[in-house]
Amino acid sequence: MNDLFYVSAAVAILSTVMVITKLNAVHALLYLIISLLAIALVFYSLGAPFVAALEVIIYAGAIMVLFVFVIMMLNLGPGSAEQEKWMLSPGMWIGPVVLVIILMAELVYALARSALRMPGIAMVGPRQVGIALFGPYLIGVELASMLLLAGLVGAFHLGRRDKQQAIGEGR
Amino acid sequence: MASVPVEYGLILAGILFILGLLGVLVRRNIIFILLSIEVMLNSAGLAFIAAGYRWGQPDGQIMFFFILAMAATEVAVGLALALQFYNKTRTLDTDAASRMRG
Repeated sequence: MNDLFYVSAAVAILSTVMVITKLNAVHALLYLIISLLAIALVFYSLGAPFVAALEVIIYAGAIMVLFVFVIMMLNLGPGSAEQEKWMLSPGMWIGPVVLVIILMAELVYALARSALRMPGIAMVGPRQVGIALFGPYLIGVELASMLLLAGLVGAFHLGRRDKQQAIGEGR
Repeated sequence: MASVPVEYGLILAGILFILGLLGVLVRRNIIFILLSIEVMLNSAGLAFIAAGYRWGQPDGQIMFFFILAMAATEVAVGLALALQFYNKTRTLDTDAASRMRG
């Protein structure tokens, strides 16, 4: 299982370097998604399968969708059509595709060697995590829910557009 | 089959954190700064997971849940702020915020 860790760590570092060096926001976003998927594989190789699944679902799924929405909202304008065309060119997606193919091959390799039950590594499964989460850490769960509510209210308040401002801009 | 040494996980977390910090320091686009903050939060979570792996306890994963909830909140508020910033200044350059008064 060492190979799984090393290859996905290399992919994570490579794609994170691309995140902070790319000039285009959508490029950087694609590479960040690759980085999150690679880190999910790292979590898996470190014996945390539940967190690996959550990383893919919440980070690479939900949080990145927020970023995509905002970038698309900010890109609206007359130049958006040619930008769409430009985003379909191979230079845009060839790097992320190569990295994600590496991750996919790694996952298939791990599955083919039936390494799901890794010997020598203490897997901490969802059952233990759930028992600990709703046992000693219950107050933390409550605090996290309050934090999420505060974030919801704050984002709603900040994201609301003034009626005066909207009329003034003619939208 | 030997398992991965926990130091390598911590080294990976450190490298990713430094990359995210560099991103925050170097880039001036607010979207890139938010992305780099995500990288840093994620690397902190990786350090927790590596520590939980070392002792075989679920506590590290639980700390990662809390980081996850905090990251989701931070992204929602941060992106709403970025939209407001763009509406006010018509740019995403954070240096434009230095013209704010008050």
